[in-house]
Amino acid sequence: MSDDAGPGGAVTQPGSRPWPPLAGLTPARVALGRAGDSLTTAALLALSLDHARARDAVLAPFDAVAVAERITASGWPAVVAESQATDRRTHLLRPDLGRRLAPAARARLVADHDTSRRAHDIVCIVSDGLSAPAAEAHAPALARALLPSLAADGWRIAPVVVVPRGRVALGDEIGELFAARLALVLLGERPGLTAPASLGAYFVHDPRPGRTDAERNCVSNIHPGGLPPAAAAATLLWLLREARARGISGVALKDDREPPRLPPPAPG
Amino acid sequence: MSRYATTLGGVTHAFGDLKTLLARASPPRSGDELAGIAAGAEEERIAARFVLADVPLARFLAEPLIPAEDDDVTRMLLDTHDNAAFAPLSHLTVGGFREWLLDPYTDGTVLAAVAAGITPEMAAAVSKLMRAQDLILVARKCRVVTRFRDTVGLPGRLAVRIQPNHPTDDPLPIAAAILDGLAHGCGDAVIGINPATDSVDRVVTLLRLLDEWIAAWRIPTQSCVLAHVTTQLEALERGAPVDLVFQSIAGTEAANRSFGITLAMLAEAEEAARALGRGTVGDHVMYFETGQGSCLSAGAHHGVDQQTLEARAHGVARRFRPLLVNTVVGFIGPEYLADGRQITRAGLEDHFCGKLLGLPMGCDVCHTVHADAGPDDLDGLLFLLGTAGCSYVMGVPGGDDIMLNYVSTSYHDAAALRQALGLRPAPEFEAWATEVGILDGAGRLAPEPAHRLAARLPALPGLASTAVIPR
Repeated sequence: MSDDAGPGGAVTQPGSRPWPPLAGLTPARVALGRAGDSLTTAALLALSLDHARARDAVLAPFDAVAVAERITASGWPAVVAESQATDRRTHLLRPDLGRRLAPAARARLVADHDTSRRAHDIVCIVSDGLSAPAAEAHAPALARALLPSLAADGWRIAPVVVVPRGRVALGDEIGELFAARLALVLLGERPGLTAPASLGAYFVHDPRPGRTDAERNCVSNIHPGGLPPAAAAATLLWLLREARARGISGVALKDDREPPRLPPPAPG
Repeated sequence: MSRYATTLGGVTHAFGDLKTLLARASPPRSGDELAGIAAGAEEERIAARFVLADVPLARFLAEPLIPAEDDDVTRMLLDTHDNAAFAPLSHLTVGGFREWLLDPYTDGTVLAAVAAGITPEMAAAVSKLMRAQDLILVARKCRVVTRFRDTVGLPGRLAVRIQPNHPTDDPLPIAAAILDGLAHGCGDAVIGINPATDSVDRVVTLLRLLDEWIAAWRIPTQSCVLAHVTTQLEALERGAPVDLVFQSIAGTEAANRSFGITLAMLAEAEEAARALGRGTVGDHVMYFETGQGSCLSAGAHHGVDQQTLEARAHGVARRFRPLLVNTVVGFIGPEYLADGRQITRAGLEDHFCGKLLGLPMGCDVCHTVHADAGPDDLDGLLFLLGTAGCSYVMGVPGGDDIMLNYVSTSYHDAAALRQALGLRPAPEFEAWATEVGILDGAGRLAPEPAHRLAARLPALPGLASTAVIPR
């Protein structure tokens, strides 16, 4: 028995979980205890469960029709379109295909909607990206919180386009197609073990293929444990108004109402 | 008829130039397929290796993959090539080079003597002819020893970076993650925070805290806040206590430009940090991270395969005498490294090429959850790299980085690797860890090390609460 074990300490036994006070200080996985030098069984299983949930989030099917119906039910027309990524594996390995509409989907959007110049101020795109649960759980709520405020400002809003297996830059093509001033893409972020269902919101002014990441703004970590959808909508509302009024987006447009909230560095 | 061609079973395989040959000879890699430069079939891949085996090493000096007039990395690599060091290799082909490297008489001393004569392209080329065990056997012979406040890279040693990231850079949670890492014998490579934002104020604050904590507990290690190099230099100019200057680097001028850096900036950073004289046992002040796929991701790959470009990034690192270099091997995502098999192979290649070029190579053995990989893949690569003599690995609480959202190696993983292979921490750090009761006299992790730390060390300064030490 350790003679200097404090009030949070435990008797040193294999599989014990010492120093709970440390664990309360951070969401990181500290003070897991040890079995030999390895994880305790309980910590190993907890980690495995979170890993499994994150993996499942990547592979989960995306019910685009249901998402479109929920958005439509809240008063905003929504349609489903397809990217050129025809299955999950292609989507993961060919980011270029997730950035483009399938030709048939593109033709359908043109045939069914007014895509003339100056018809729309904004088009909102929803995609599962890398986490269908994130898009299903948070995108309709975010749209519901954001779009009425824009409409109240007199914005002309294109139908929401729900696209399975899309990438951020898909908004460039759809935005150009609708001749919209702004394209806003809501899509599921790369799942982490502590946040398997986190939504990212990206927008660009004057969307067209070839836009770079430096020309986009991003509000990330949108989920109840991170930035709640209602708060994200407020941030986006401010940013979108500024972007439209000043005709800019990207690095030139900072959220200077509050300390900037930047996304974590992403590969590529 | 192409210079680079062979006939196998009546079928002729021709490759237009050296970079095409290297790309076709590369093991399967989703990034090379995405770039449209990979071999179209397995036989073509092996045909390329037949051709590559007969290419003289000197050919790589005569035929730059990326023209010098287009790329400052090429210019720097050619300008700094050491012909005298290359002389013992100058008669060899790539295939002959492989056999020379594997010869037991080619030991660490011999390899260190020729390192400055080996170009990144030569290292990448020979790695393409090597199986995993070849990459391990040769890398294991290359010992690259660097120093700042402790010594990294000695035989029988494995250092660990504590990576105590937090989504809002909150000091108390960061301190908790550091304490937990120290209690597992980690932190001898560096205590390095990836900040959630790139603000100078934030970087200065974190650097001051780390400096105070390292001083208060008299830990023989170094700190780093991994913001952009320009942000760190600005912090340094404001008087912040900078130990190591960090930067992500890539293998082409255009890719480095997309990172917002130039070779001149890196030289300036090295000079500024070294002038502070903060090291106690050495003056290696740079910390670089690399990783296959960054050039392709930046649209700056010039048709060169991603592993050769990674070796060129190592060539960039070599110029600035780093304390630490690591490849963040699985961070970039499955469109560049699709699965556990590709990540494993890439990690071994990166470690091999870096060591051969004379770098203190570590590895962030990691994957994103949308790559087809899992815990057993990471364990496999970690233990292979331990066998290959990897200088250091990451220590992330539970292997779950809550800010960067990816899976890496944990404090426990590092301890398990040390236990399995009899590896010990850096000597200065080991002495400290033994003195404060983290390690017992036999080098094993002691029971309840956090309580021992609490009993023997003062509370960490700068924290709103002292609850970080459980008393």
